[in-house]
Amino acid sequence: MYLIKEADKKIKVSLFITCLVDALFPQVGVSMVKVLKRLGVEVGFPEKQTCCGQPAFNTGFRQDAKLLAKRFLSIFDRDEFIVSPSGSCTSMVRVFYKELFHDDQKTSNMVELLSTRTYEFSEFLVNVLKVDDVGATYKGRVTYHDSCHALRELRIQDEPRKLIKSVKGIDFMEMKSPETCCGFGGTFSIKFPDVSVSILDEKIESIIESGADTILSTDMGCLMHIGGALNRMNIPVKTMHIAELLSNR
Amino acid sequence: MENIKLSFEKDSAIALKNIKLQRALNKAIDQFRNVRWRAVREFQDWEQLRVSARRIKEWTIDHLDGYLEMLEANVINAGGNVHWASDANEACEIILDIAQKHKVKSVVKSKSMATEEIELNHSFEGAGIKVVETDLGEYIIQLANERPSHIIAPAIHKTKDDISKLFVEKLNTPYFNEPEDLTKIAREKLRNEFLNADMGVSGVNFSVAETGTIVIVENEGNARLTTTVPRIHVALMGIEKVIPRFEDLPIFLNILIRSATGQKMSTYVSLITGPKRNSDLDGPEEFHLVIMDNGRSKILSNEETRESLYCIRCGACLYICPVYKKVGGHSYGWVYQGPIGAIITPQLLGIDKASDLPFASSLCGACKDVCPVKINIPRVLLELRARVINDKRVGARFLLRIAVKLWRFTMENTSFYNLALRLSYILQKPWIRHGRLVSLPFPFSRWTKKRDFPAISKIPFRKQWKEIKDLEF
Ligand code: SF4
Repeated sequence: MYLIKEADKKIKVSLFITCLVDALFPQVGVSMVKVLKRLGVEVGFPEKQTCCGQPAFNTGFRQDAKLLAKRFLSIFDRDEFIVSPSGSCTSMVRVFYKELFHDDQKTSNMVELLSTRTYEFSEFLVNVLKVDDVGATYKGRVTYHDSCHALRELRIQDEPRKLIKSVKGIDFMEMKSPETCCGFGGTFSIKFPDVSVSILDEKIESIIESGADTILSTDMGCLMHIGGALNRMNIPVKTMHIAELLSNR
Repeated sequence: MENIKLSFEKDSAIALKNIKLQRALNKAIDQFRNVRWRAVREFQDWEQLRVSARRIKEWTIDHLDGYLEMLEANVINAGGNVHWASDANEACEIILDIAQKHKVKSVVKSKSMATEEIELNHSFEGAGIKVVETDLGEYIIQLANERPSHIIAPAIHKTKDDISKLFVEKLNTPYFNEPEDLTKIAREKLRNEFLNADMGVSGVNFSVAETGTIVIVENEGNARLTTTVPRIHVALMGIEKVIPRFEDLPIFLNILIRSATGQKMSTYVSLITGPKRNSDLDGPEEFHLVIMDNGRSKILSNEETRESLYCIRCGACLYICPVYKKVGGHSYGWVYQGPIGAIITPQLLGIDKASDLPFASSLCGACKDVCPVKINIPRVLLELRARVINDKRVGARFLLRIAVKLWRFTMENTSFYNLALRLSYILQKPWIRHGRLVSLPFPFSRWTKKRDFPAISKIPFRKQWKEIKDLEF
């Protein structure tokens, strides 16, 4: 296990917790805090934060998205590293803010500076802290679902797998097409619920086929969607954010 | 075209309930994804090829007027005729005019999305001219009187059984179940059509500006016959199909064919420069190239969505799209389907005619990763969503607007946000079953109809943070 040496300057991380985790899955945030603190990182939480604006951006309400994005930029202005338990919200800041402000040079510059310091949790551990093994243990058969934004906007694919495989006692197996969308798509899931659910059905099949008892991901959006159907169908597979897994001892 | 108003919501609901369709799509798509993946993986510099193709497209579209004029001059030089059509009506009129001047009674057609776009068959039929589709998939679709449901595989929504029954009904054949038998029947029927036709109509995969050559890629040989047997050949292309140089062609053939069918090379690639020359044994006496705008220059003029014009209609984005796999092509309501349909249809028909198509995507991004010319389809979808919301004719419903404003207002102010969390926590109570929300009122019922929703936490993270921030773990 890795601990930052005493002599090193302490790495400071600001949590960008996302509104979904804040309101619905606070245990994911707590798990992140545990893992980061155990690795010797100094953790902070800018309390003014709310939403990064992604729901508005994705539904075409760009003016509203801009206001929330600017607010986000001002709150996280001075932080060293910004780490989030979501590939999707990280993509919003790192990829889509550029899109949103492409005709606004001044804000674009701020976005540029901030986006290079913003990371999804698993890539932060592996690529910045250079840790694969955080000293976690877990008894169970797990599989991993690639959230679309983590995979295709941030190219996060090996990082979570490295972390998962390093957990003691774990039995990891890939499901069929882990990279296929689960059908969530934010507001898509309520705009076209039947299409969304039929895509989800295929994902659920792959999960069951894998024989796993736990389904992991970097994003609570996907897991809320997958878990919602698992519960409804009484399928005994647990959904778990990767931070929860890694905080387990 | 003026009266079209597409509804993805209604059409996709029908498709989802069609079990036969679901089976047909599942089988064809899973199979194809593997084949394509192999064709792409074995090509070492696939990424480099995509980059080159993209650059050529960017350059050409930015200098389109010059290349189109060059193309026109070189087609005329080779003895062909060039016609310019500003919209679908004009294109139909031009082609019908050519047919009527030559007293054409019967037309054979090879596969072409552009002719679907202008509904050319209707024009021919209206003028009493017989028209026969000669691509097997298109032939089936024509017999069934339907619209193609895939730009490469028009009859992908049909099972073998559907097709056998269709042949029994329309062609009076016995019921065959083997694809070979079905192909044989079609082939026999079509031979005669080729021999009797006075005019062949084709599409264009690429046209080379510097030589005036049009290029047609196919596997069945029907396009070769369509363009050589009848005495007149008319080819219809959208303005975006031109490429500058002959040496650009190998790049485009490689990316098109591997992406479209997973082959290294298609069975036929026809390069046609003008009509039959004196020394040629076969070929049409007359060659006409119709170059059509039909909404494309409007796309060109808009920098945000211009890349939509780089599309080479390979169909790879349809095959990879999780939404297309479930709803099939007809749900997209017009001639272009899947991710490319979702971006091009609203731009060609008008955003008010297809306002829900830009939303018919989970934005998973699989399409942009397979697209051989690297069109960032999700980015264009997002841009179009913003246009829909700002469009006076469609826009967002009043209540949605209010809801978004209220939501934004709450998110802008931490104390309102805290209050909203608290309120939601209290208000949710009547709906909680075993710690979950299982049947919420409208509009949340759209979620809970088939999925549980997690209950809002009593203590949100921001409160828990206060307890844990100074702890050691
Ligand atoms: S958008 Fe790209 S992947 Fe889709 S049909 Fe066009 S070229 Fe092919």
